[in-house]
Formats: sequence, C-alpha cells, structure tokens
Amino acid sequence: MTSIPIPSRESGPALAEAVAARANWIRRRSLQMIFEAKQGHPGGDLSAADILATLYFGIMRYDAAQPNWPRRDRFVMSKGHCTGAFYSTLAAAGYFPEAELDTYLQPLSRLNGHPNRNYVAGVETNTGPLGHGLPVAVGMAIAASMGPDAFDVFVLTGDGELQEGSCWEAAMTAGHRKLANLTVIVDRNHLQQGAPTEDTAALEPLADKWRAFGWDVQTVDGHDPAALLAALAPRTGAVRPRCIIAETVKGKGVSYMENQAGWHHGCPTPEQYSLAMKELGA
Amino acid sequence: MSAAPAAAGLFDCRDAFSRTVEALAEADPRIVTVVNDSVGSSKLGGFKAKYPDRLVNVGIAEQNMIGVGAGLANGGKIPFVSGASCFLTGRALEQIKADVAYSMTNVKLCGISSGIAYGELGPTHHSIEDMAWLRPLNTLTVIVPSDPWETAEAVKWAAAFDGPVFIRISRAPVPALERADPEFRIGKAERLRDGTDVTIIANGIMVHRALEAAEALAKAGISAAVLNMSTITPLDEEAIIEAAAGPIVTVEEHSIKGGLGSAVAEVVSTRRPCHMRILGFPGFMPTGSVEFLLERYGLTADGIADAARDLLAARAA
Repeated sequence: MTSIPIPSRESGPALAEAVAARANWIRRRSLQMIFEAKQGHPGGDLSAADILATLYFGIMRYDAAQPNWPRRDRFVMSKGHCTGAFYSTLAAAGYFPEAELDTYLQPLSRLNGHPNRNYVAGVETNTGPLGHGLPVAVGMAIAASMGPDAFDVFVLTGDGELQEGSCWEAAMTAGHRKLANLTVIVDRNHLQQGAPTEDTAALEPLADKWRAFGWDVQTVDGHDPAALLAALAPRTGAVRPRCIIAETVKGKGVSYMENQAGWHHGCPTPEQYSLAMKELGA
Repeated sequence: MSAAPAAAGLFDCRDAFSRTVEALAEADPRIVTVVNDSVGSSKLGGFKAKYPDRLVNVGIAEQNMIGVGAGLANGGKIPFVSGASCFLTGRALEQIKADVAYSMTNVKLCGISSGIAYGELGPTHHSIEDMAWLRPLNTLTVIVPSDPWETAEAVKWAAAFDGPVFIRISRAPVPALERADPEFRIGKAERLRDGTDVTIIANGIMVHRALEAAEALAKAGISAAVLNMSTITPLDEEAIIEAAAGPIVTVEEHSIKGGLGSAVAEVVSTRRPCHMRILGFPGFMPTGSVEFLLERYGLTADGIADAARDLLAARAA
C-alpha cells in the first residue's frame, strides 16, 4: 500500500490535484480493508471518496490532535455503512494510525461496520440506520448559531437514504431556521441497495424538493475535486442552508463495480482485487 | 422510618419540571429545550418567554427532535428534549437508541404525561410501553419520579450528569411525599417504609398509593415495607435482593410486560427467587379516566393491599 499523501495547503489547481490524489488513496485503502475483512460496502465507499477528500483536505477546519476542539467544523457521515472510505479518510487526516485500518471489522476492533464516536476520534455521532445524520447535523448547526462557538456543519447523505422521512423533517427545520452554516452533500449515485432509486421510490425532481424546503441548491460533478472545492467553499452573506447534489457513480474507479447495484456490499475475489488496484493506479 | 402522603394538596409534576429547568437555565447558558410543538403540554411557556432563543421547536417531528437534541449536545449545549412520552419514545425509538443512548450524548429526554395520564384519549396516547422500550438501552439512565420534589431533584441531577438520561414526568396529580431525610440518590431504591412481612416496590405515581396500601395492611396486622424504585436504569439490585428475603409486590403505571416488575423479576429469578406479584396494565385498554383505569386494573391502595394479602396467603398455602 502506498503511503498517505502529504497534507496539502495548496490552492487552485494544485489543491484540486492534491485532493484527487487523496481520494484515489482512499479508494485503494477502502478496497484493501474490504478485501482483507472479506466484507464491506465498496460501491458507496468509491462514490463518496472525492467528496470526503475534498471536505477533509480542502474545506473543513479541524485539528486531529484536538478532536473535541469546540470550534471544529463538524462532519456527519449519515451514510454510516461507508466506513471503508470514512475510516480511511480519518486515518489520512491523522485521527488514528493508518495501521489500525488493518483491524477493520475484526473482533473487538474499534473500527465497527458503522462508526462509533465513543471508539474513534473524529466520529461525531453514531450512524448506521439511515435518516439519522441530517437531524443531528441540524442540531449542531443550531448550537453553532446560538454561540459562543461558531463552526460550520457538513453532512453526507446517500441518495436512497432520502427516502427516510426524518431527512425531510430535518430539511424543514433547517429551512425554517435559515441555517446558513449547514451544508448537506447528497452522494447522488442513483443506486440504492438493490436497484436504481428512480425504480424504487423516485427522488426526482430532487433539486426542486430541496429548494421547496428553503435551501440553496447546486448540482456538481461529485468526482471533480475542483468543482467540489468551489461548491463547498465558505460562503459570505448566505441566508439559507446549502444542498450540494453531487452527481456520482457508485463503484467509481473500478470498471466492473461502476453503476452495479450488486456491489453495494460484497468483497472482490483475489483476481478482481488485483484488477481493481491496477485500475486505481496502485 | 415511615412516610405518608402529605395531607394538603395534589401536584402536577410538570410544574416542578418546568420550574427547575427554568432555574437551571438562569445559571447555565448551556441549558436549552427542544420540543415537538409541545411548549404548552410540557409547561415550557415560562421558559420560552424568558429564553426565546434557547427553545427549539421543531414542530410535529419527533425523530428530528431527538436528532436535533443530539446535535445540540455535540455543540456543547445541555438539551432537555421534552414531548409526550408516547410519541417521544414510540415514534423516535431508533433515534433514542442510536443518536442518544448508543452515541452516549448529553441529552436529557423528558417523557411528559407518561403512563395513562391521557386516560380517555386511549391507547394511542397512553405510554405504558416506554419502560419496556428503554430498559434494554443500557447506557440510558431512566428515572421515574414519584412527586414534585423528586422530579425537581431528578432534573437537577440530569443537568449535572454528563450523559444520556430519560425522565418520566406524569401530569396525573400526586401528593408531595413526606420524607424525614430527603436525599436524591440516583440508582438507589428509597426506603420509604420499613416492614417485615412483604415489600411493595413502586415508582412514579404509584408510590403514594403503595404507602397508603402499607398503612391499610398495618391496620390488618401485616407489616409491609415500601421501596420507591425511581431509578429503573441503573437498577438497585442489592435492594431487590434484600427485599427478596420475603415476598415482593411490584406496582407500576406501565404494562406488566417489560417494566419495573419485569426488572425486579429478572433480578430475583436469577439471584434470590421469591414469591412475587406484578401489578400494572395488561395491554391496550378501554376508554376511561385515569382514576377509572387505575381502579379497573387494581392499581389503587386497596388493590395493592389485596394483592399483598393474596400473595401472603398463596405463600402460606
């Protein structure tokens, strides 16, 4: 496995390149974890990698040495099953040693199939059941708006997850309270566990739904770090919460996984693993 | 040691709750409240008037309410999340499990008008399942106060404690219990009356009825001890084992499945088997007032005393 890329404080194209390098590392590390653990959620890990890399290495303010710093920006991993990508990101961000990723899903490992804030620094709330992240993020954003500690809140949801009614309860509260310090990123890979979202319980017109709930909405290429950096950049004068619909490909970067609902969860064979790592440039 | 209901006056424990939260909020700016369109039913109108920016009303959205509470705690606040217990626990149970109990967030859940406080409104509004739903969430401290004093003490304790708490707050009128030496001790049964023949273990609005039953039994020559088991989690197992030297009657404003009686039975059946009666509700109930329902299911002083006598007779047979 290649080593973690050096943290980047570049700007412009150099920053986007650094984020892309980290996203690629997150993809490879996630697949290694899944291959060694013989289970996981590769499809969602791969679709979320660029979003996570952009947030942790280009946007958010945090100090991994002080995980409870009151003014840290908050990130909520609402699609809690994508721990391959999330734990890889946290390790790369310095919350725990990369070597610990080798314990993923092993008996008594801190690295559960779904993240636990009491085990792993950098995890803000325990997720797993869907539709939980956005309400918690709304509470964080309200706390930040009350002061004294101001910070921004980012929450990553799956798209299928938006079929949970609790997401829209929280969306209504955020719109009503004009929580401009809150950003939701929808990992819009168009696939849920077993089928396309639009064949299951259609989400479209998705942008219109968020707008109707009082949000500023922007659709971006969720695999283009430059576009994600621009969309997630700090805002001045914003008066509404922000929704970024990140158009993504489930299984992004591994040819045989891309757009295949069957890779929502699973484990590649040794041959498939070799091919995947080759395609990801390892 | 003995305690009897005060002669004068009955109280709505929601008043003690709201008065205490308001007083705490004055001293600690971290204290906020979260409601589901339940400002009035939680008696938080005074709090809202004093601290309009510290009351978060999410509307009729209980899942969101619990998540917002967890997020506020993450942001350094001490949220008292208050709503009718039937909806707060039933509608948002998974949020209580994942966002509050499993996450171990500093959220104070206040289940208002619990049990059968909404008598005539029927089983949709009864909350006689909440203890059964919450007891397996082992990180969640669960308190069922018996009167205004204990409600205020539980709220104060919860505010000072860093972790998840549920407080069951009835609107059914109760007397203020007379206590010789009042001291709120979390996780400890409060021995309100000594006795040698039988122990009555109760909590919430049943405690004063248990004391009245003990008084009636005394007149018939039966010596009954009364324990107020206001903390359900963590449970005072040692007090139960001590009581299990003799027969035990448990009394709760809850289903007979999964609440205080079940908790006591779990302890005695594995550590010190004894004769028991579990008094509570069987399940969904017909329409009726609080008093009607308590009477119908034997949750009165007479009903408790009868159960104790039956138990002693069965044990002797």
